[in-house]
Amino acid sequence: MEILMIITVGVLVSVATYMILTKSLLRVVLGIMLLSHGAHLLLLTLSGLGEGAPPLLGEQAEAYSDPLPQALILTAIVISFGVTAFLLVLAYRTYKEHKTDDLDELRGSADE
Amino acid sequence: MNNIVLLPVLIPFIMGVILILFRNSPSIQRFISAVTAFAMLAVSIYLTYIIYQNGITTVELGNWPAPFGIVLVGDLFAGLMLILASIVGVACLFFAFQTIHSEREKFYFYPFYFFLLTGVNGAFLTGDLFNLFVFFEVMLIASYVLIVIGGTKYQLRESFKYVVINIFASMFFIIGIAYLYSVTGTLNLAQLGERVGELEQTGVLNVVAILFLIVFGMKGALFPLYFWLPKSYYGPPAAIAALFGGLLTKVGIYAIIRSFTLIFTHNPDFTHNIILALAGFTMFFGVLGAVSQFDFKRILSYHIISQVGYMVMGLGLYTPLAIAGAIYYIAHHIIVKAALFLFAGATQKITGTTDLKKMSGLLKTHPALAWLFFIAAISLAGIPPLSGFFSKFALILSGIQEERYFIVFVSLLVGLLTLFSMMKIFVYVFWGKPSLSEEEVKKTKLAPLLWPVAPLVALSIIMGLAAEPIFSFSMEVAEQLLDPSLYINSVLKE
Repeated sequence: MEILMIITVGVLVSVATYMILTKSLLRVVLGIMLLSHGAHLLLLTLSGLGEGAPPLLGEQAEAYSDPLPQALILTAIVISFGVTAFLLVLAYRTYKEHKTDDLDELRGSADE
Repeated sequence: MNNIVLLPVLIPFIMGVILILFRNSPSIQRFISAVTAFAMLAVSIYLTYIIYQNGITTVELGNWPAPFGIVLVGDLFAGLMLILASIVGVACLFFAFQTIHSEREKFYFYPFYFFLLTGVNGAFLTGDLFNLFVFFEVMLIASYVLIVIGGTKYQLRESFKYVVINIFASMFFIIGIAYLYSVTGTLNLAQLGERVGELEQTGVLNVVAILFLIVFGMKGALFPLYFWLPKSYYGPPAAIAALFGGLLTKVGIYAIIRSFTLIFTHNPDFTHNIILALAGFTMFFGVLGAVSQFDFKRILSYHIISQVGYMVMGLGLYTPLAIAGAIYYIAHHIIVKAALFLFAGATQKITGTTDLKKMSGLLKTHPALAWLFFIAAISLAGIPPLSGFFSKFALILSGIQEERYFIVFVSLLVGLLTLFSMMKIFVYVFWGKPSLSEEEVKKTKLAPLLWPVAPLVALSIIMGLAAEPIFSFSMEVAEQLLDPSLYINSVLKE
């Protein structure tokens, strides 16, 4: 199961890298979103996808699963949700002001 | 258990929330934010005093014992950084009162100013790696807003790149946390420091260490990850640029110093030599950028890069004297760099431009500005008896003691080029025939612009003249940093 998840993470990150390197503002934003999904899945996977019981008192199980990574990715997801929303608005405003979404045309000159 | 450790995080956060309510009344906003900034300064000085008296002070949030719950840890290094952050916070705030556009004021400038300081202070105090990530994000989200506030074409374009690069780095931060957690099974900084020493997994830990170096290096503008800095710091108004230039990159440097003295000390031959090499490249290429520019703000931005190199050089040498020098340098740099950015703002307000070729002769019309700038500029270049000299002296001395002559040579050369490019600013802006007519000179009142900057320049002089006590304080900070068992024992209470 871990192997499968790691491969998924790899696919997500490589697609994200491709998207971030393209020239369109919206694709860069999408790439950032995919990258954050990859990072979150990796965080969940690397602590081991155990099959233990939920970590509650009174469960009388032999092994418990680790609750920490889940708490962590919950926080990370909320943060990246907020940041992505901001980034989308920023991309839209940039497009409106500059009348282009091509990053080549958004390079700017040396003396301005 | 001392709850005062929480205050530097709580004060700006709560006051920031309250400030949102007063959006339409700038005078109330200004009053509240001025009081808040001074309260933060007072609290951080008092906190550092307590830490100095009683040793490292910790708070366990919700009374969960250390490795399980989140801890806030105040040690001397964190205390010093808190004081510096609040000094810059006060100065930039008062400069903002004079210069910030009223539209920007209305669109929540002050709340985000304090949210930024919440994140910065939290990053200094936290004792948990994931919590560090969260405070980094608090700081960054506030900085995204501050860097784009006003929404000019230039700002929008460069902010987009700034935001994308920082999110990218944050995602690598999460990936680094994931690897570190899977290797060590903990995220508490103290326990990490303990376990990394016990685990014999040098290979994996080297990879994780370099991953964190990349993440923090991207935030702290290290070679080769500094390319975003000059353009994005050029956009926002001077008060914000000064806060960013003085403070933000130094949070990245703080994180590098903290993690490479507490956690990743397993293989200093490898990691710290890489850091030393990066330091050399960073300072050299940074200063080359500064020499080639003809814009007030851009030159200063490139100087941030080259000076970050000096701080990291201290860490790379990894002796008590070198780290003390780096800490002294951080203190000097935060104060002087903020002052210089504010000078850039003041000249921009007077002349209406930051292009060096379009202004001249301000020495005749604004002598006070000229001489205060001159003091700050030569302090940055490291002329005795100002603060820049003594911090560089300690770094170079320990470089010679360690027989790392090449880095010593690079840092001396960079010092010379720094002096050259600061004098370039001085010559272009202040010498020559006055470019402004008398009416234009009278239009801007200089005194209110200089009041927030003058204390920073005075501090630089004081830090130079009182080098002895400040340096012995830096030595104590460095010795505390180089003995991680102090930190570990006070958090885990063994």
